[in-house]
Amino acid sequence: MSESFHDIREAVRKLCAGFPGEYWRNLDRERSYPTDFVDALTNSGFLSALIPTEFGGSGLGVQEAGAILEEIHASGCNGGACHAQMYTMGTILRHGNNQQKETYLPKIASGELRLQAFGVTEPTSGTDTSRIRTTATRRADGYIINGQKVWTSRIEYSDLLLLLARTKPRESGKKPHDGISVFLVDIRDLQNQGLEIKPLRAMINHSACEVFFENMLVPTSGLIGKEGEGFRYILDGMNAERILLAHEAIGDARWFIDKAVGYAKDRVVFDRPIGKNQGVQFPIAENYAEMCAAQLMVQKAARLFDNQESCGKEANIAKYLASEASWRAGDTCMQTFGGFGFAEEYDIERKFRETRLFRTAPISSNLILSYIAEHVLGLPRSF
Amino acid sequence: MKILVAVKRVVDYNVKVRVNLEGTAVETNNVKMSMNPFDEIAVEEGVRLKESGKCDELVAVSIGTSSSQETIRTALAMGADRGILVETDDPIEPLGVAKLLKVICSREKPDIVIVGKQAIDDDANQTGQMLAALLDWPQGTFASRINIENTKAQVTREVDVGLETIEINLPAVISTDLRLNEPRYASLPNIMKAKKKPIDIIPITELNIDIAPRVKVIKVSEPPKREAGVIVENVKELLEKLRNEAKVIS
Ligand SMILES: Cc1cc2nc3c(=O)[nH]c(=O)nc-3n(C[C@H](O)[C@H](O)[C@H](O)COP(=O)(O)OP(=O)(O)OC[C@H]3O[C@@H](n4cnc5c(N)ncnc54)[C@H](O)[C@@H]3O)c2cc1C
Repeated sequence: MSESFHDIREAVRKLCAGFPGEYWRNLDRERSYPTDFVDALTNSGFLSALIPTEFGGSGLGVQEAGAILEEIHASGCNGGACHAQMYTMGTILRHGNNQQKETYLPKIASGELRLQAFGVTEPTSGTDTSRIRTTATRRADGYIINGQKVWTSRIEYSDLLLLLARTKPRESGKKPHDGISVFLVDIRDLQNQGLEIKPLRAMINHSACEVFFENMLVPTSGLIGKEGEGFRYILDGMNAERILLAHEAIGDARWFIDKAVGYAKDRVVFDRPIGKNQGVQFPIAENYAEMCAAQLMVQKAARLFDNQESCGKEANIAKYLASEASWRAGDTCMQTFGGFGFAEEYDIERKFRETRLFRTAPISSNLILSYIAEHVLGLPRSF
Repeated sequence: MKILVAVKRVVDYNVKVRVNLEGTAVETNNVKMSMNPFDEIAVEEGVRLKESGKCDELVAVSIGTSSSQETIRTALAMGADRGILVETDDPIEPLGVAKLLKVICSREKPDIVIVGKQAIDDDANQTGQMLAALLDWPQGTFASRINIENTKAQVTREVDVGLETIEINLPAVISTDLRLNEPRYASLPNIMKAKKKPIDIIPITELNIDIAPRVKVIKVSEPPKREAGVIVENVKELLEKLRNEAKVIS
């Protein structure tokens, strides 16, 4: 059987074999962080795949990084606790100055520093990022941050935060996204110094938090690129994120299909394996076909990204198709397992909850559809 | 010191194997293949001996189709220095493998050959022993511990009565048991380095060895389906069933 990046996938599968369903079930119950799993990935260099070799990474593309994440999910594990350590650094790599790159990238590559928190979403702005209200006000020694973020994942397990804040009001620029800046914030010493983090109880174990800033000082050296141009800087990072998370969704779909097939063959009801009934077979077969189709789109988007060609359309469509495919495969898997799908011990219900995230975050399906409708197909703008 | 490890590409241990339609072999089309687990242990032991400074060069040898290069790459990513593939599309029996390995040994002149005690596809458990015999080298089979001192190897073997430790002179052939070590998974940087390590591909015909099969496979069939168990009332009934139904006592 030939698969792309076979050697990488094989090694990831072996690593993941040490973290079975029981490991994740316990963490899920306690809502605690998979430290051992993240350490194993860090120590074997998988999280620094995208960092260029000159900064201590492996200098690979999103195709390889995607293969890593896909295999993590296809093995029943979850990359959500650390996937952002792979790609958040992209903003520094592409838009940071030499000093920022030299200071941070080698330490991010070795795992000494964690940059896996990205503060965009706010309670009042919703998906309309141009309406973020967190402000950064310039002072002689840096910027003073005030405002609030929500759903900031992994910030409790991160040393650095990539933060989006307004340096100029929305009304003052030519375009709605002008005046937004990106900061790299070392948050290790900022708790009680204007930074407050409150974990959110959520449907899945994703370490998402509310974050409050009150006169928090960020030194001038923390500004990435030019003031007010920040939104542009994070756009190509968002494409990478969508392509990588689409790989995770494909991995989930594979896992669900695999589980459903196994159970459908083994479970005997009415003196026959349930998988002998076409009513059980067909949804699984349909999901498999959908997964294969989505996978092609994901691969295409990744290839374009790695060749530095424009890939906004493909990245969005890939994320959309992959998240729908994994969700439907998850639903079929639940149905195939009957009542046992609800039993924690089978991991189906946990994966089912986990994979639902891809339809909402980092961008919800509707927003992708509106992007396709308006930006690809030229339909009239709805907002 | 130079160590040679032999690695075989087999159906992955997680795969539920099926007999092919003709009933002549196990189906390998579209089936996940991996390195034989006992060979992984052999590679791991070699890598550990390298890390401890006792081994200077670790060479991984495979005999098989061109896809066996993947298996060799796995060994290189774990830490072997280079690979040799004796390429053939035909299945080779243990005696053929041992003869081919002997030729490789005469070219490479290793101090130790480490092989898995058996491959999980045919469970033959013959190659290591045959190779030692052909080379006229000492052998330490079923190793659960290996200690190399200068020109000698102490090999702890898992035998029926417990553990037996023997001392053999090098060069020698050692075969690995399951408890020898726990193989590592390759790190990403090592996977990338492995891509640049050389694999020498030798067409099998070049070696001029008689590898004609000595054994003819007549039929391959699935094991009988396991019947559901029964609960017996008492010891008397149990004995009766063991005697008359299972026919395991008389
Ligand atoms: C577990 C989790 C982790 C997250 N991690 C992070 C993180 O680390 N950092 C971060 O910044 N954010 C994070 N998020 C936030 C996530 O990116 C947002 O929740 C998501 O983008 C949707 O934004 P919203 O919640 O404000 O929904 P809203 O924008 O309020 O949208 C609500 C619904 O309305 C629909 N909708 C809105 N406008 C339109 C329109 N014009 N046309 C049609 N439909 C529309 C949306 O599609 C959605 O279904 C996380 C979220 C979750 C749940």
